Amino acid sequence: MEHTPPPFFKRGPAPVVRLAFFASLSIALLLVDARFRTLDELRSVLATAAYPLQRIATAPVELAERAAGFFASQTALRSENAALKARLLQEAQTAQRYEAAAADAVRLQRLAGAAERLRVRSTPAEILYTGRDPFARTIIIDKGTQQGVRAGSPVVDDVGVIGQVTHAYPLVSEVTLVTDKDEAVPVQVVRNGLRAIAFGAGDSGMMDLRFMPPNVEIQAGDQLVTSGIDGTYPPGLPVATVVSVERDATRSFARIACRPAAGVDRGRYVLVLTDEAKLPPYPAKERERARPPRPAREPHRK
Amino acid sequence: MTPDKPQHILRPVRVRTIVASFALALVADFLPWPNVSLAPDFVALVLAFWCVHQPRLVGLGVGWVLGLLNDAGNGVLLGQHALAYALLAFGAITLSRRIRWFSAPGQMLHVALLLAAAQAVEVAVRLAAGAEFPGWQVFVGPLVAALLWPVADLALLAPQRRPAEADEARAL
Repeated sequence: MEHTPPPFFKRGPAPVVRLAFFASLSIALLLVDARFRTLDELRSVLATAAYPLQRIATAPVELAERAAGFFASQTALRSENAALKARLLQEAQTAQRYEAAAADAVRLQRLAGAAERLRVRSTPAEILYTGRDPFARTIIIDKGTQQGVRAGSPVVDDVGVIGQVTHAYPLVSEVTLVTDKDEAVPVQVVRNGLRAIAFGAGDSGMMDLRFMPPNVEIQAGDQLVTSGIDGTYPPGLPVATVVSVERDATRSFARIACRPAAGVDRGRYVLVLTDEAKLPPYPAKERERARPPRPAREPHRK
Repeated sequence: MTPDKPQHILRPVRVRTIVASFALALVADFLPWPNVSLAPDFVALVLAFWCVHQPRLVGLGVGWVLGLLNDAGNGVLLGQHALAYALLAFGAITLSRRIRWFSAPGQMLHVALLLAAAQAVEVAVRLAAGAEFPGWQVFVGPLVAALLWPVADLALLAPQRRPAEADEARAL
């Protein structure tokens, strides 16, 4: 028996039905995206559609910066010029020494029969804006797959490692900073060659060395550089400086806090290292027995 | 529509006003904010506004699509904003007749709750996906957005508050 009169106006399904429909659709999308990462194609299409909007959004800021740069006083420019010249001299010395040392290293490696390392190719990129996601520490840069950026490429600035490309879209890429909680960088202590893995510490903008025993030979002030054994980061890039080491014998691990070397939260220009380091594949037998632990996490989005 | 205050009789809304406001809100969401967790979510605010004022034109479907665009543009988990916006649109539509009877502070209170609930959905989704709790300051954004509600009222209803053009040829 029908007790309610037919609706006066045609209004489609009831709001609750629509809510159930869209909520289940969203949850399905979430599950598929979080578990299987099969939506990257769709994500890339949508990101390309959003690209003009993003450029428009950042245009006023860029314009303001350009205007500010135009009106920079001459004295400021002069002093900056002088400082840069002095720095260039210093760097030139270092670079000459580096050239010589690199040539030596190549010769020695050839002697030792080691695989010849290719020079790393790099793509300069500009930071468009920080990722609008309070849960992850990311930035968006203005180079994408069309310029050869791939997910997994390391990103550096003039001082050291900034992070790793976690999503490469056609025109922009998302870079997860080394200070993100889930970002890991395999490092080596310059002083004694000790290998470790540096994790981001999240909001504090610092990094941690996790899972090191309390008696580990690390002290405050130690420089950490990439070890290069992961095949993602080329070796020898500065990553962080150890700030404090807390050794507590009752705990299983020491607490080692490090400050990132690069201007992770500063600067506008970065370099994306687009050549993958050449490492021979894992031996087949090893792979069968157990999946080898990967020092650098796969590009992974939270 | 407060009972104690004289009100304009609004002209009918034009769809292009709604579309333009959503586009502007998306642009505002993609702006490089220095602190993302304190910045208001403009798309959520505009969506709540149109759901309250035009519940028959703007609804869950619009919210869902906007959420997907927002997810993709911000590079977050696909469906996170979509789910939150669908719930927000549902809440706003359900409360629309009630909200319009309140004066500005009352409306802001309702909207603050709605936006905070949408933000809570996003936080819950991310926590379920394994993220770390980013701190309570993520709920400052919805409060700031709720404070902007009167501004949205002024700006978004302005096209409908235009006086009717005088028609010279009319007899009366």
